[in-house]
Amino acid sequence: MEQLLNDFLLSKAWYFIAARGLTAIVILMSIAAYAVLLERKASAWIQGRVGPNRTNHPLIAWIPFVGTFLQKGGFIQPAADGLKFLFKEDPLPGHVRKTTYILAPIVALAPALLAIVMLPFGRLPTGEVITLCPGADIGVLFMFAISSLGVYGIALAGWSANSKYPFLGAVRGSAQLISYELAMGLSVLTVFLATATPDQDNALSLVSMVDAQKGVWNVFYHPVAALVFLICIFAEANRHPFDMPESETDLVGGFHTEYGSFKFGLFFVAEYSHMIIGSSLFIVMFLGGWHFAPGVPTVGDGLIASLFGVAWFFFKLCAFLFFFVWVRWTIPRFRYDQVMRIGWRVLLPVAVLNLLAYFLWYAVKG
Amino acid sequence: MAIKVVERRPLSLAERTYLPQILAGLKVTWDNMLRPPVTLQYPEERPTIPNGYRGVPTLVRDPNGREKCVSCQLCEFVCPPKAIRITPGEIAPTASNAHVEKAPQEFEINMLRCIYCGLCQEVCPEEAIWLQSQYSMTGTNREMMVNNKAKLYELGGTLPDSHYKWDRKKAEAERQSHSGH
Repeated sequence: MEQLLNDFLLSKAWYFIAARGLTAIVILMSIAAYAVLLERKASAWIQGRVGPNRTNHPLIAWIPFVGTFLQKGGFIQPAADGLKFLFKEDPLPGHVRKTTYILAPIVALAPALLAIVMLPFGRLPTGEVITLCPGADIGVLFMFAISSLGVYGIALAGWSANSKYPFLGAVRGSAQLISYELAMGLSVLTVFLATATPDQDNALSLVSMVDAQKGVWNVFYHPVAALVFLICIFAEANRHPFDMPESETDLVGGFHTEYGSFKFGLFFVAEYSHMIIGSSLFIVMFLGGWHFAPGVPTVGDGLIASLFGVAWFFFKLCAFLFFFVWVRWTIPRFRYDQVMRIGWRVLLPVAVLNLLAYFLWYAVKG
Repeated sequence: MAIKVVERRPLSLAERTYLPQILAGLKVTWDNMLRPPVTLQYPEERPTIPNGYRGVPTLVRDPNGREKCVSCQLCEFVCPPKAIRITPGEIAPTASNAHVEKAPQEFEINMLRCIYCGLCQEVCPEEAIWLQSQYSMTGTNREMMVNNKAKLYELGGTLPDSHYKWDRKKAEAERQSHSGH
């Protein structure tokens, strides 16, 4: 049993790699689906409503208590939503560029699924890291490079749709990504400046980043970088208040105006996957990864500690996703020029000054 | 009158970062989230209908079970969207309320046309047509959305009557015929 678990997590045999990949996709997709449910429920609570509480299947409704609980909590709603996206008519408008139109949702989703491979979830008792791609030491670089590719999906969708609102959405999305990528990179650089030592091999590894937070979490050492990074992941994930490419009040539906049914569903999942990746990155870099609390790295020992660590990581992830939703229903959307101004005239200088301050600090400290 | 000079302070740094405002906003939404929902679970929970609600127009009987409509057709003529169609009819001379003389043979209100304005109720000299508390009219075809006479009386039921106009008229007529005029 333990051997199988070890193989599943660490083996380089192709079937274990495939199994790991499938598991990750299934987990990521279901988290994305339930993030949608969280979004619907939390928005309902904030607005004094109840949220989805009707969907059920006769077989599940038949189970006493559990069935009612699942229905009231809306836990079957994501399945119904997914099936709806699958079985709806899939229209292909006559005025679109067909190849790119079909390609765009795939291009939007694939990087989101790909970026997850570098994410470390926890640590086995033997010291091995639980991740899809064990031993990779360029984690953060890879995740930034790949997850930023998601904007190509938006750009392609807007371009291929061949009508003005998607086009405007795509242009806004691209401009926003470029603007916020800089501040994001600089804030990350500040953190790596602190955790990595010059002679270290895996300086850009996310694992060593988590290990560096055994005691105090980075968010306490680098509050400014954390804030800049937080704002940037909102912008990168195109979430409120930065949902420029979508902004349904001024751009109809933004980049996916011309999309429907399953292709729209892919965009939807991609958006939530980007949220998941952004929040995982924030957790790994600033909130101590799978560590329990500042100063308290683990609870229990052995396998229990490992499992608890993974569970704790997912708990933090869920809390962070809730934060995304919470912010969405609190802050109104920025205007486009405000988004640009915040990106270039506030976040970028703040990130640069923060980096310079840390440079000076380390220079003086020696 | 004394002039009061209001001090207009420039925004502080904290205010210009917009972050304290965001935190305050998050607190507002958080507090809202902890409040109980204000919605009704509609088909199971129904709203309480206030008095004087203008719901679906209905025909009513008086407490003695007499149908009050005398098919004067005022409601049909006043109805702005022309939703009402009345076929007037005679009351059989043998009936106990024969002195009323007229009653509708058929009375149809097309609820696809009705705008719930209440003019029919206002114009009715017999207080026979009432907009009551029924608010949900559904049907799967157009015919189902036309209320005929039977349906209208079923919806309307009986309402209290303070006049008994026709009973008084009958009693008056009987008294006069007895006194030999």
